[in-house]
Amino acid sequence: MAQLNAQGQPYEDDAPEPAPTPAPAAQAETDAIDDLLAEIDGSLQVNAEQFVRSFVQKGGQ
Amino acid sequence: MRVVGIETEYGIVDPDEPRANPILMSSRLVTACRAWAGERTTRWDYGGEDPLQDQRGFRRSRSGASSDLLTDAPEYDDRAGQVTLRRRRGSWEDPAHLNAVLANGARFYVDHAHPEYSGPEVTSAHDAVVWDRAGDRIAHTAAARYAQDEGERVELYKNNVDGKGASYGTHENFLVSRGVDFDDLARRLTPHLVTRQVFAGAGRVGLGQFGEEAGFQISQRADYMEAEVGLETTLRRPIVNTRDEPHAARERYRRLHVIIGDANLFDVATFLKVGTTSLVLAAIEADDDRLDALELAAPVEAVSTVSRDLALRAPLELASGERATALEVQRALLEICRTYVTDEGEARVIARWEGVLERLAADLFSAAREVEWVAKLQLLGRMRARHATPDAPDGLAWGDARLAAMDLQWSRLGDGLAERLAAAGAVERIATDDEVERAVAQAPSDTRARLRGGIVAARPDIVDAAGWSTIVLDRETDHGHLEVVHLDEPHAADHPLLDALMGG
Repeated sequence: MAQLNAQGQPYEDDAPEPAPTPAPAAQAETDAIDDLLAEIDGSLQVNAEQFVRSFVQKGGQ
Repeated sequence: MRVVGIETEYGIVDPDEPRANPILMSSRLVTACRAWAGERTTRWDYGGEDPLQDQRGFRRSRSGASSDLLTDAPEYDDRAGQVTLRRRRGSWEDPAHLNAVLANGARFYVDHAHPEYSGPEVTSAHDAVVWDRAGDRIAHTAAARYAQDEGERVELYKNNVDGKGASYGTHENFLVSRGVDFDDLARRLTPHLVTRQVFAGAGRVGLGQFGEEAGFQISQRADYMEAEVGLETTLRRPIVNTRDEPHAARERYRRLHVIIGDANLFDVATFLKVGTTSLVLAAIEADDDRLDALELAAPVEAVSTVSRDLALRAPLELASGERATALEVQRALLEICRTYVTDEGEARVIARWEGVLERLAADLFSAAREVEWVAKLQLLGRMRARHATPDAPDGLAWGDARLAAMDLQWSRLGDGLAERLAAAGAVERIATDDEVERAVAQAPSDTRARLRGGIVAARPDIVDAAGWSTIVLDRETDHGHLEVVHLDEPHAADHPLLDALMGG
């Protein structure tokens, strides 16, 4: 598997360009996703292992 | 574009009782779907299926077939376009509780241990997206009805793996000219099926059939592809499936049954998956020998190589001895397919295909609004980064259960992470919510699905059953038998008798 950095991005040979300042709509989207991540983090702290373990399906086509 | 349709098997879970029987739950879900549909539904007609017919020209003996291939009944009548008579069946032969034919022309039923939505026949990549999302909405509505009627919760997941070895499919069906030699078709289509995952993959946490190795890969299905060509769909799964069951006039058509694809929640993924594959099939039907240069030396291994190549740089060995990356194979296919554009919808497929390949090549995350695996990788990457510490600068390890849990939650109908991202404006949509809502109740107007869905909506009182190529009527007649209307031409959206019965 390719090497990934913490953002999940493949390492590039050259240093990445600095990120441009996001536009207002993009900033709102980023905020919404940060909120989503905080919410997921809160719920998974407790029961991630059990949730993953109990997801069992029978094979299909 | 040609006639296509998408089938989706959903993962099914009782969140309060993980060991609940999935076959029983699926059966109850279909019952709930029938209750939601009210009058506007009918049974499935098993009269014309022949799942033992192989595209390569031979037929399996029933005794040599595994029992999951036996979905047909012995009765078969291939007199196209006619109305024939059929004796009434005993009620003990009726598997109605496992099936619902719906007013939008789809079939909702139990396949093995999963609920499955088989969408109606459509003739554009755009419509494939519309009726695929309509299926998600129907399945989710049925789950809500289930909770109301059964007093138990049920969750549906639009994914393909459970991380414990099980895989279930999302299949595409393409109507192809019978004149194409099947070996040529399989050989020339394989490079596309292997490499299209760069834009059609849904992303997966875990490597190997049991997720035995930690990591992320592009495709849900890649680790379950174990042969180049074959008839099976539940074991030794092949890149090209040979089931020859056209559900249409056998002398004119094949139905190519593609089983390698992932279930997609992103419109662009579904749009490109169906649209590009149809164009490559057009090049194959035209016997375009430019395709031969792209033949892969080891296709089964290449599926896995591409799926694990997140940087999109791994060279694949070609049969010619040269090498090309998945993106280079896709660029070459795109150039070939420009020749085969016949309508406005296909021109949009080409434009999107070109744009997405450019974005993937230039900066992976510039494609995150369109390509599902890239969006999943980005979201998981941000979750990993939230937990970065001086001792663990990469944050969460790929083996952390929280990432596996997010991978599952990504695809949950109703409140999944993909839907949450779309609600946040982070996903590009091709079909509007209004289009999808209409497609819940209405069939496509330009294929025989119009007749199936239309008669179920308008005259369910006289429909005994319906299949892909038959509608069985039960009316007051002198002969006293059922009447089977044969719809062996998938493009034919009109029929004198059915239109008269529907009231024009």
